[in-house]
Amino acid sequence: MPLIKSVRAVGHSAVDSVWRLGVASRFLAMTLLQSGMSFRRFQLIVKEMFSSGVMSLIIIGVAGLFVGMVLGLQGFETLKRYGSESALGSLVALSLVRELGPVLAALLFASRAGSAMTAEIGLMKATEQIAAMEMMAVNPVARVVAPRFWAGVISMPLLAALFSAMGVFGGYVVGVVMIGVDEGSFWSQMQASVDFRDDIINGVIKSFVFGVAVTVIALFEGFDAPPTAEGVSGATTRTVVESSLAILMLDFILTAFMFRGV
Amino acid sequence: MSEQALVEIRDVNFSYDQRPVLNGINMSFGKGKVIAVMGGSGCGKTTLFRLIGGALRPNRGEVRIDGKVIHELGDRGLYEMRRKMGVLFQFGALFTDMSVFDNVAFQMREHTDLPEEIIHDLVMMKLHAVGLRGTHDLMPAELSGGMARRVALARTIALDPMLILYDEPFAGLDPISLSVVGQLIRKLNDALGTTSVVVTHDVQESLKIVDYVYFISDGVIRAEGTPDEIRASNDPFVHQFVHGEVDGPLPFHYPAAKTYAQDMGVTD
Repeated sequence: MPLIKSVRAVGHSAVDSVWRLGVASRFLAMTLLQSGMSFRRFQLIVKEMFSSGVMSLIIIGVAGLFVGMVLGLQGFETLKRYGSESALGSLVALSLVRELGPVLAALLFASRAGSAMTAEIGLMKATEQIAAMEMMAVNPVARVVAPRFWAGVISMPLLAALFSAMGVFGGYVVGVVMIGVDEGSFWSQMQASVDFRDDIINGVIKSFVFGVAVTVIALFEGFDAPPTAEGVSGATTRTVVESSLAILMLDFILTAFMFRGV
Repeated sequence: MSEQALVEIRDVNFSYDQRPVLNGINMSFGKGKVIAVMGGSGCGKTTLFRLIGGALRPNRGEVRIDGKVIHELGDRGLYEMRRKMGVLFQFGALFTDMSVFDNVAFQMREHTDLPEEIIHDLVMMKLHAVGLRGTHDLMPAELSGGMARRVALARTIALDPMLILYDEPFAGLDPISLSVVGQLIRKLNDALGTTSVVVTHDVQESLKIVDYVYFISDGVIRAEGTPDEIRASNDPFVHQFVHGEVDGPLPFHYPAAKTYAQDMGVTD
């Protein structure tokens, strides 16, 4: 009976997904419980911040600049229809700080740093480095996973802030320098419309949540990867796909809560 | 050998799901000895290795190390026990993001409060013992297979363990590296007064350096004895294994449900 078979397959896949979600949640709880060492030896986090955060600076900066330039161009074209070119500064800044900065920086972070984390931990497992650590009486969750988790969580809001700053600069270059929007109204409109608590803090909260989601997915997939070349490659792909979907879903949920009455 | 045994394995049974791997294994590893556990691929050597390290739990029987049943220890007790053990993995398992120096210093930094100057001296001593002091600032990717195995050996003895487990230490090595690693296992064992268990299928190299040999096949101990006893053995299994004969008690052909002729479709 093909129908029963397909219903059964759907059921199996649903049960598997819930099971995996449970295992991932337990993994997150273990990571949080084993975080003491990372804070006692903060240089472990700093080292990982270099590879996940600092090494992502260029891609985040360049992407932010171009997104800001596109916003400047598109925003100007749209606002011109209503004679509101002077509001270009607010449009660029609000779009970036509330939405595009956290979301796009997180998507780029997932593809640049998240995939690297998964591949690194997956390969450490495949080459028995994780097993060696366990046999040396060193907990790999405390020594390998927790520092990377906190490095990702700390780096993500900083990278999102850089993305937004570069985007604002890109919008300025296109809007003010190239198109000729009035510089005074560009900055003053931006200053007047961007609220520190409602916009900037909410944007930071978003990027913090995305940072947790991306790093947990990346680390869990790496730790859970079958110790083969195929297993690691599959885990790396899953990290990018699952992180991207998680970012977009979480963004909708957070936006619904944060900006309902604004 | 059981009089001063450091490791005692009593009536151990183990299966993965329904597939039995070890069946009623009894072994005893005396203090200060080098013991080889040999057998063909898939005979249960690595499972035994993982049982001794506490990574697996036997279905029946017990593994006792220094008087303590390893699988009855909690997480803390198991980690305490592992601090007294060193494990050399098949391909070294060096941490690829750390230099040779940091690899050897890893356990010292994780488990002791020794100042960096003392760690430096200890690491240099360990690397000198394996003849690779000059590689301390290289990364693992810059080492040959034999050198990586020796650095891993230096890391294994970093905290002077009472028991060292070697998982296939000779796999994939050229003849010179093979002899070097073999001699190092013997010399370091005697110098440190430790006990070494070498899980391997390299008969000739192992017989040169070990005190006692166990042969495992199909999950049971098929033969045991000193290297001289093994060389002189008339047991067909030991003879086949030691001389690398293609056919014998270990058949060349994996059992098949049908005959060759049936599979080729030439008879009914």
